[in-house]
Formats: sequence, C-alpha cells, structure tokens
Amino acid sequence: MLNIHCPNCGVTAEETEFHAHGEAHLTRFGPGASDDDFESYLFMRANPKGVHFERWRHQNGCGKWFHMARCTMTLEIFGTYSAQTTEPPQDILDRIRARRPDWNPHP
Amino acid sequence: MSTRLANGGRLLNTDRPLNFTFNGKQMRGYAGDTLASALLANGQMMVGRSFKYHRPRGLVASGAEEPNGLVNLGSEGKFEPNARVTTTELFEGLKAESQNHWPSLEFDVGAINAKLSRFLPAGFYYKMFMYPQAAWKHVYEPIIRKSAGLGKAPQARDDDTYEHFYAFCDVLVIGGGVAGLTAARTAARAGAQVMLVEQTEHWGGRAPVDGGSIDGKPVDNFVEEILSELKSLDNVQLRTRTMGAGVYDHGYVTCYERLRDHAPDTPGPRHRLWRVRAAHVVTATGALERPLSFAGNDIPGVMLASAMRDYVVNYGVSTGDRTVVVTNNDNAYLTAISLKHAGLDVPAILDTRALPQDSELVAQARALGIRILMGHAISSVKGTKRVTGVAICSQAGEGAVLEEIPCDAVAMSGGWSPVVHLWSHCGGKLVWNAEKACFSPDVDNPPKGADGMGFVTTAGSASGVFALDDVLCDAHAAGDGVATTLDFKLPKGDSAPKATRREEAPLMPVWMMPQGASVKLREKAWLDYQNDVKVSDVRLAAQEGFVSVEHTKRYTTLGMATDQGKLSNINGLATLAGALDTDIPSVGTTTFRPPYHPIAMAAIGGEARGDVFQPIRRTPLHNWHEANGAEFEPVGQWRRPYAFKRAGESTHDAVMREVKNTREKLGLLDASTLGKLLVKGPDAGRFLDMLYTNMMSTLKPGKCRYGLMCSENGFLIDDGVVARIDEDTWLCHTTTGGADSIHAHMEEWLQTEWWDWKVHVANLTEQYAQVAVVGPNARTALENLGGMDVSREALGFMEWTDGTLGGFPVRVYRISFSGELSYEIAVEASHGQAFWDALMAVGADLGVMPYGTECLHILRAEKGFIMIGDETDGTVIPQDLGLHWALSKKKDDYLGKRAQARSHMADPNRWKLVGLETVDGSTLPDGAYAVGAGTNENGQRNMIGRVTSTYHSPTLDRGIAMGLVLHGPDRMGEVIDFPGTDGKTYQARIVDPVFYDKEGEKQNV
Repeated sequence: MLNIHCPNCGVTAEETEFHAHGEAHLTRFGPGASDDDFESYLFMRANPKGVHFERWRHQNGCGKWFHMARCTMTLEIFGTYSAQTTEPPQDILDRIRARRPDWNPHP
Repeated sequence: MSTRLANGGRLLNTDRPLNFTFNGKQMRGYAGDTLASALLANGQMMVGRSFKYHRPRGLVASGAEEPNGLVNLGSEGKFEPNARVTTTELFEGLKAESQNHWPSLEFDVGAINAKLSRFLPAGFYYKMFMYPQAAWKHVYEPIIRKSAGLGKAPQARDDDTYEHFYAFCDVLVIGGGVAGLTAARTAARAGAQVMLVEQTEHWGGRAPVDGGSIDGKPVDNFVEEILSELKSLDNVQLRTRTMGAGVYDHGYVTCYERLRDHAPDTPGPRHRLWRVRAAHVVTATGALERPLSFAGNDIPGVMLASAMRDYVVNYGVSTGDRTVVVTNNDNAYLTAISLKHAGLDVPAILDTRALPQDSELVAQARALGIRILMGHAISSVKGTKRVTGVAICSQAGEGAVLEEIPCDAVAMSGGWSPVVHLWSHCGGKLVWNAEKACFSPDVDNPPKGADGMGFVTTAGSASGVFALDDVLCDAHAAGDGVATTLDFKLPKGDSAPKATRREEAPLMPVWMMPQGASVKLREKAWLDYQNDVKVSDVRLAAQEGFVSVEHTKRYTTLGMATDQGKLSNINGLATLAGALDTDIPSVGTTTFRPPYHPIAMAAIGGEARGDVFQPIRRTPLHNWHEANGAEFEPVGQWRRPYAFKRAGESTHDAVMREVKNTREKLGLLDASTLGKLLVKGPDAGRFLDMLYTNMMSTLKPGKCRYGLMCSENGFLIDDGVVARIDEDTWLCHTTTGGADSIHAHMEEWLQTEWWDWKVHVANLTEQYAQVAVVGPNARTALENLGGMDVSREALGFMEWTDGTLGGFPVRVYRISFSGELSYEIAVEASHGQAFWDALMAVGADLGVMPYGTECLHILRAEKGFIMIGDETDGTVIPQDLGLHWALSKKKDDYLGKRAQARSHMADPNRWKLVGLETVDGSTLPDGAYAVGAGTNENGQRNMIGRVTSTYHSPTLDRGIAMGLVLHGPDRMGEVIDFPGTDGKTYQARIVDPVFYDKEGEKQNV
C-alpha cells in the first residue's frame, strides 16, 4: 500500500485515502476534433514500465486533485504536484533524472 | 514411545498441570507446553492423516513450519479448523480433534489410497477425471470434495471479536530471537522508535536450545539482560505472540497478534491485526531446517533434528528411546548430544559426508561413544504407524542395504534455509549460496520504498549466517545500518555482543538419499508432507514438460498446503533442477506471498462485521419510517423506505395502495437522499453548460429545468432538476446514488481542466430534509399549513420560491416525478421531522399516506420518465432514450457531445426506448430479452431488445414496461417475444412509453 503525500493539504497518508485516475497531462479534444485525435484523447493511454505521470485525488481527505510522478515498476514516488498545470514542473523532472539518468520521456 | 522425561523442559512450569483432550482422550500437560509437546509427552506421535493417501503422519517440526499436526480446535462458536499443534499453546480444557480421517485416526478407510498410489500420480485429477465430462459434476467432484480437504468449515457464527491497530515506528524488528533482540537494542540505543515482534510467547528464539555463550554468559542470561534493557527504554515497544505476517509497499507491514488463543476464557478480542507503517523493517526471522528425501521419511517418528532437540530441551519430552540421526551437516550432532545428555540412546549418526570430520561437534559426539557412520544414508525407514528401524546404505550408491538398525525415531537434517519470506514479499531478490546450499537475501536488491531505497534489512540467520557469533555481528550491523540510514547515531564504542565460536565443517548438499535412489525408493520419499508430494511426482512433472517451477508447483501441488512449502520448497526445486539436469538458481523459487503463516479471516475483517460492517446513512425521517412499517432497501449507503406496510398487508399490496392513494389523494415521499449540489460563481453558468447537455446559463432565477449529464464518453450518467437561485447560483439535484460521484465529477473538471474558471461547488445533500407532497390534494394540504401562496398563478409548474409553511422556513419546488400535482419542499435537516409531522397532521383529512421507492418507480414508469440505472447502464446515450429535446443544439460543446458524434453512437441500429404492453396484461420479467428472427454465429437466437423497467400498474391494472428495442420507435403496435427464464414466452406490444396522462394535464393544474 503506497504512502502518498498530498501537495494540496500537506498530509502524507495511506493509499486507501486516495484514488488513482490514470494518465496525467492529457489534452482534451471536443466537438470538431478528428476521430483520431478524439480516440487518442478518450482511449489511448501510455502504459510505461517505469516513469509515469498520474492523476490522483485525495478522495477521503481534502478532496483535491493532484499529479504524481511514479515508477510503475518499483513504485518509487518521484514527487506529487499541482494538477493545475499542463506539464510536470522542473523540480519533478530534475528528481526523475537524478534517479533515472536513462529516462526517455518520449520513447 | 514418546514420553515426558524426568528432567529438562526450560519452558515448562511443572507446578501448573493442565488437562486437555485429543480425540476425546483425556491427557495432561503443563503450562508452557505447546499442544505438540503435550501430545508427544502423552505418547501421541501420530497426529493426522495425509491429504491424498491418508498415510499416518506424526510431528515433523516444532514451530510454524509443521506440516502434519493440524487439528480441529474447540467447538461451536469457538471452533477453529487447521489449528497447528506446534503453534497452539496448551490451556486448561483444550479440546482437539485430528483431521482428514474416517472413521478414526487409528483405522482409516481412505488409507486404501496409499495402496493405489501407483494410480494417483501428480496431475491425476487432470488425467483421470476428464471423461465423461458430465461425470465431473455429479460423480467425481462430490467424491473428491468429501475425501479431500483438511479441517471442517465452522458452522456456527464466531463468538469472538477481533480488532485492528495502527502503529507507526522508525524500525520494526520482526523476530525476537537473539538476532532480533540485538538489532532492536542497537537501533534503540541509537535513538530510533523501535517495535519488536515475536511470533511465539518466548524471547530468544532457538539460540538457548543450541547452547554456547554470549559475552561469557549462557544464552538464556543474555536474553534476559537484553530484554530488561529493552523494557526499560521508552522508545521500544515489545509484543510477543505477534507474527510479522506480510510486508507490503512503502514499509507497510501487517502483524498478527494472538491475544488470547492461549487463554480463551479471558475477556477481550481474540486476535489483533497490526497495520504498521515503518520507516525501515528488520527481518530477524531465523532459518528453518530442511528434511532429507529418503524412503519412508514421512513415517511417524521421523522428525527434524532441531525439532527433536527443541522437544527435549524446551519441554523435557523425548520423541523416542532409540534415535538414529541422519545428516549432511554438523548441526544435527547437537541433537545426538542433547539426546545422550538426556539419557536416551543414539545407536548411530549417519553422516552423508564421505570424509572423516574432525570438527568440534563431531568430536563431542564421538567422545560420548556414539557410533558415527560417514558416507552413510538411510535406504528406507521401517514401520507404518511408527518407526521400527532403518535400513542403511551408502549415500553414493543406489540403496543396497548394508545393515538394519532397530530404532523408534529418526532425527534428520538436510541443512538450513533462511526464512526469506518477509524479505521477498515486496520484491526483495534472492541469491543462491552454494556453500550453505540455500537461498539468501540479495543485499543489492532489497524491496524498495517510496524513495526508491531499500526498506528491509535482514538480521542473523535470516541473512544466511548461522554461527552464533556471525548472527550477533550481522544483527548488530543491521541495527546500526538501519539507524544510520534514518539519521540516528549509535553511541561511540557500542559493539556487537561476542559469542563463543564453534567451528563447523561444511555441509554436503543432499537432495536425494541415497544419491542414486531407485524409482521404488523415490516413490516413498516425501517432499511435501501435507499435500502428499513425493520426489517421484516432481520428476514426473518435469518429464511431462512442467519445466517452470511455478507450473510444477501447481501440477503437483508442491508447496500449496497451509504450510506454504516451508519445508518442501527448496527440496522440491532441487529435485526439479536434478530432473531437468540444471542448477538450482536457474530453476529459481516460486513467489513468496503473504501471509507468512495462515491468519484468521476474522482478524482481517477486524471490527467490521454486523452493525459496524459499513456506515449506514439515515435521513432525518429515518426513525419515523422505522416506526411506521417501512421496509427498507439499500440505495448506496442510504436506507430508503421501499414501502410502508400496514398490518396484514403484503409488500406488493402496500405498494399498490400507495400508488392508488397518491394518484387519487395525497402521498408524501422522503426525498431527502436526492443529491443537492450548490454551484456558485461568475463562471457557474458557463460551467453548467459544459456539464449538462442542455442550456443552464439561460435559466431565469426562480425557474427549474430538467437536465441530463453525460460522461466524456457520451453516456448518460445522471439526471435531475436544476434550479437557478440567483444571478451566479444554481442548485443541481442529482440522483440519490449520484450525489457524491457527480460532486466528484464536477470537482474533477474544475480542478483539472478548467481550473481558471471561477466556480465553487458545495454538496448540501445532508443539509436539507426534502419532502415530495404529491397528489390532487397536495395544494390543499399546503394551503392548510399556510404561510405562502402556492397557487398555480403564484408558483407555476417548474418554478420555485422561498417562503414559510406552517411556520417552517421552506424552499418549495413545483416539480413532479409522478405526473401529479407535486411540490418538493426543502427544510433545514433539523426541521425535517417536525415538518413531516405537520404535513401528516394537515393531510389527515385529505387521505395522506407516506409512500416508498417502489411506488415512486411505478408512478414515474406510468409517465414514461426514465430512471438512471434502469433505463441507463453506462452504455446508453440520451439519443437512445428519445431525449433529443434535452440536447442543446445551440451549444458548441458539452461533455459527451463529441463522443455522441462518433459513428457507433449515430448508428440507426442502436436500440431505442419504447413502452411495452403485454398482450395478456401480465407483467414482463425484469431484464428479459426480446428475440428476433434467425440466429447469430454462435447459434443463439438474435436479440432485438430488452426490458429496462417493468411493473404492475395499479392505475391501469395491467403490466407496463419500458425497454430498448431495435428500431423500436418505428415499430409501434408490433408484438415481440420475450422468452422468460420460467420457460414461458411473454408477448408484448410496442407502444408509447407514456402510459398515463399523455398530455401532462394532472401535473399542471
């Protein structure tokens, strides 16, 4: 059971307080979008073995959403950060690179 | 015979004799005994029958690894199957019964299986019971279920209670042997918060049994000293009878404390499950001795050398009078020496190692005059229910008998395996240690925590070091290392305790005894005692192509018993490696899974049973409902009245009465559970336009509008009436079940997509009690309450207003989910009951009756109103339900709009909502499917629709239903077939879904 830090309320708590909601930093496509773009937005998800950016909600706590950078293989958490951003912040990227020098964000 | 010795028994309190029964026979033991030692002391060597062949089985071990000694314990509400005799502490009045035999332990009919063993090899289930297929269900399975299996399932409800504890610490040390004690002390001296758990009731582990001295003192004294220091420290918590059960991600560990299994009559919970979050875990879990694989190694009287030593030293119990020791290492010599010191006979030590050994223990045994035969082995053990002798042979040969030695016990030792389970649970890797012939923790690949660093460290024998001084050094280093990692500092000069060094000669790996054993011998050489897996079975599996250790395990059931292969796994995979002609590391191990040792399901459940199984939500009117005949149904965590039953009335009758009364007079519904979400802010209108399929921003204050909500996939997820409160405030009603999920849905979009929009959402569901006042007399009732104008002119259909009714501040919505004149009235939750009482009082002369959810369903179905969860199931879009009018064409975007333009969503062959009227007036079965012409590619009849809601309508006195039907709206009047599961076929005519008051005149008066 993961031990997770909520960047919104500052609490570090058991995974059962939280809920994972899949890949972060998706771009929404609405009416007028091509079938390919819409399909990719709605259904296609990265499933990396290694570094992954995820959406989480502190469901049984403050109720707020946040993002998490996590290794899907070792369950190492590189950091949690605000959901109100379109890309991972620099300090999170720096931490990932320090821990995973070979990481390729766009394989 | 096994018996109690006159002397010895370091754990016994002979001043406290205890009475117990085994299979109804009165027996006597002492405080400090385990059930196992007490049985042995009473001469009860045989404790059960094996799983498959029903062979007589005796005790093999003295601890958690015991495979044979499983009993049914207690009776009725205190009944417990598969209790392990070696981990069961004796108490006064204990009642145990052996398992897996019929009619008795001594005489068992199933033992015929042993004679048939040639026909019951590995995988025999799969081979024998394939054909004819029908026989499986009616013949094979019932017979196998009766003859297989271990303990009986309890019939009575458990009388005991269980609980969960949460704990946090810097260092959790698992295992209270000398290694665990040392590691805990070191970490504690450095300043860490330490929790130390030990699965048995005694500290010190097996070091005191094996002798030697630490810091110049006997081991027992060392244990006492270190314990008193630990007890004096504020930063140390000690728990005995507490097993480290499982290690999980990020330092989460479950520990299983057996609070009063040893004293069932004391009050309090029986077991406690500790849920520990530790910054670091030290596993000082020791090592387990391995059996040797020789013919007849399962005959009662054959025991692990270390276990036999435990019984002599700890409990003053002898396993036999004449014991042959068979070993591939020095350690078992300790048993021979202990037995000799206890005055028992050791006719020979059979040592597989070829060359004469001159190490300390060998020399000691020789000095005691014990006959030591180097390079020797057991060809076979003689006896059936008890060892009567051994035939000995050369280990190097094929088993030709050199001599028979009469004896009544055999002590065996195949070397030691570190207990690596807890290390491995969360991903710790293992390395093969060829010198010691065991898997040891790979310190370079520990289980990793949230920071990516290892969070488990092993200490002592669990690390793969077995000599006492090595164990203490390793444990001290573990404690120090862990403390340093956590930024604690050990005081200068603190060093590991020093133990006397005993040089031991290297062991010789032995996986088959003798090395070239014939098939006949291999067929009698057991690997897994509990599941009856023999060397020959594993070899057969390899021969049949089960080359992966995981496949072999499942094919043979090796290691799948309740002991989880603690004794059998290494021998089994070494046998597999031998059969595959490869080395042990390339075969690898099966996956270690928690818990380490079986734990009670009730302990996992903890307090969560009965009334506190889950939280129940009750409306402010719940008590009134309860007092007035309500039959409740669960709706999410709410309990809503399904119907209010009167004396002598069936539930169905009550529902029919409620419908009629509401249509003709006046009904009251507790609608408090409906979701009430307040959406407020300068961008609230824009936000709701994105969430609802229709336009909400244009709604005028004081007005209500019915709205639909879809997911981004286009599917309908919720519906309800939205009221605009003021310029920047809307109140959204959701379904009962949707209140929390729709609130979460709104928050998700606000927080993760449109975070710059100025909107707040508050869930007010529980702040209000809401009552629907429904029926032709509704207006009169409110007028009688008085305080505000509720006329058609003052408060039109789909309008709301604030005011006062009968002195209560209210918000009245003129909305209808029944098709009748209807007001939904919200009052503060605390006024709910008083307001309801006032309505019942003024309604008394107007024929008021409360109604429940089933009546609500019928009322809405008669009007063709959809219900989320009935007409929708996560695959239905508003277009399927003919709700085009609620889909805004003016808006560029709303959630689900793009998805509804996808080709499949626009497919004209999607099933569409229609009404269904049975031809004979009966009621269609719920969920029935309509069949069309022809069959599909699987030869099944083609489906052309299904029933989504079906009721008997008392208003129309006939069955009415709604359903989704292929091309339904174009087929009005057509009759289609619905085969029921009752064998009948129901015929229904496709009709308009609005069955009652099609013009909507009744609600608009």
